[in-house]
Amino acid sequence: MKEYAYYPGCSLKAGSKHYEESLLPVFKAIGVPMKELDDWNCCGATAYFSVDEAMAEAICGRNLSLAEQDGRDIIAPCAGCYLTMKKSNAFLGSGHAKAKKIMTELKNAGCEYKGTVDVIHPVKLFTDDIGLDTIKAKVTNPLKGLKVASYYGCQLVRPYTDFDDPDYPTSMDAIMEAMGAEAVNYPVKARCCGGSLAGVLDDVATGLNRLLLREAKRNGADVIVTLCPLCQFNLEMNQDKIVKKYNEDVKLPILYFTQLMGLALGVAREDLGFSRSVIPLDVMWAKLANGGAK
Amino acid sequence: MEIHRKVNFESEMDTNFLGEIKEKSHSEEISRCIQCGTCSSSCPMAEYMDYSPRKIIAMVKHGFKDEVLKSFTPWLCASCYSCQVRCPSQIKITDVMYTLRREAVESGAYPSKMPVPALAQEMHKLIAKNGRNSELWLVVRMYLRLRDFIGPLKMAGTGIDLMKTGRMSLKMEKIKNTKQLHTLLKAVSEEAK
Repeated sequence: MKEYAYYPGCSLKAGSKHYEESLLPVFKAIGVPMKELDDWNCCGATAYFSVDEAMAEAICGRNLSLAEQDGRDIIAPCAGCYLTMKKSNAFLGSGHAKAKKIMTELKNAGCEYKGTVDVIHPVKLFTDDIGLDTIKAKVTNPLKGLKVASYYGCQLVRPYTDFDDPDYPTSMDAIMEAMGAEAVNYPVKARCCGGSLAGVLDDVATGLNRLLLREAKRNGADVIVTLCPLCQFNLEMNQDKIVKKYNEDVKLPILYFTQLMGLALGVAREDLGFSRSVIPLDVMWAKLANGGAK
Repeated sequence: MEIHRKVNFESEMDTNFLGEIKEKSHSEEISRCIQCGTCSSSCPMAEYMDYSPRKIIAMVKHGFKDEVLKSFTPWLCASCYSCQVRCPSQIKITDVMYTLRREAVESGAYPSKMPVPALAQEMHKLIAKNGRNSELWLVVRMYLRLRDFIGPLKMAGTGIDLMKTGRMSLKMEKIKNTKQLHTLLKAVSEEAK
């Protein structure tokens, strides 16, 4: 299997360390060769595109160029980084007059980009490119008895609808089932958590996240898994505020899907970043002990 | 109480506005809007907006430039793309919102006391300088820009949780080849002028 360029983005090196801590052992367990993209820069996220389009496209172009120089495709676990770079990649290769100018400046600055790199999210890598049968064969500790709500959020499934449904995606549910967990029905799984707005507007944070947490509870989930640092942060960090404001018990562990994958694939519990959860995980561990997993 | 005229006269409309936004958002489709409201009913943020997405598109079409650029609406778009994938006229509504933000920043009409444009501009500056974002310092800079000293206090609980779980980094992140980044950004911004 060819080697991929792992693009952590800013979050996986700071507030979402446990995404990286669980993702890398999972890649190893499955046998995906992976090396961090050297000297990557921030993708610019929604913020850069709100201020200056040409500069926003250019910084994405630099990352794409760095990967191209090594002949590797980019694996971007943060949904924001994934979409920003995927969109830029399409624009830079579009032949649009503005895109051509940016391509020229990339070349002049010593980071020429020809347009050969693919930007891939780990969920797609696991389901489409490697295949769940292959991964399922490596499961040593099936997550029996654990009920999981898979929360996709927005930017993995929209606006690009090339690998899953924009309203009712199922790829991550299928991963969880391959790991031996039970995927609960979760109709709000692709509704927005508020993204970066939730960090600065309190009413948005509590309003949107309350619905997401309540629906997961109502459908019997023991835990919500996410694939995006901002979704994980919003769902986890707003629970106390929601309890206080609405007097409603919405407490649920919010994990990365890779943390549960790691458990099922036999990675040691201590090596998957579970200690970074703000919400206690006792109920989940008890369920797993009763269900048969180590 | 002061009474103001609530209706705009046709002569006050900016007839170039639609053309500018179409070109800058690569979205010729705006003209095809049938005002069905699918965007507003799909929008998780519509209830917080001063004009719903459907209204904003109508206002862009008819040249309400001042009102649109001063509006909170583009800054309340969470980039969830629900409207965009559902629009029967295939208008790239989220991309239009980005263009409106950029126009509002460039003209200075954006709501300056609102945290969202402050966050965007501080993040832009941080990345242009260092090539990377540093979560903690970004938040600090945003509150300084807004001269808001109560906001950080409200975030203290979250800060403590992050510290306890080892998820708070005090480091100012930076790429190695900042020289290349600065050359590239300078060239691109001069080109765009």
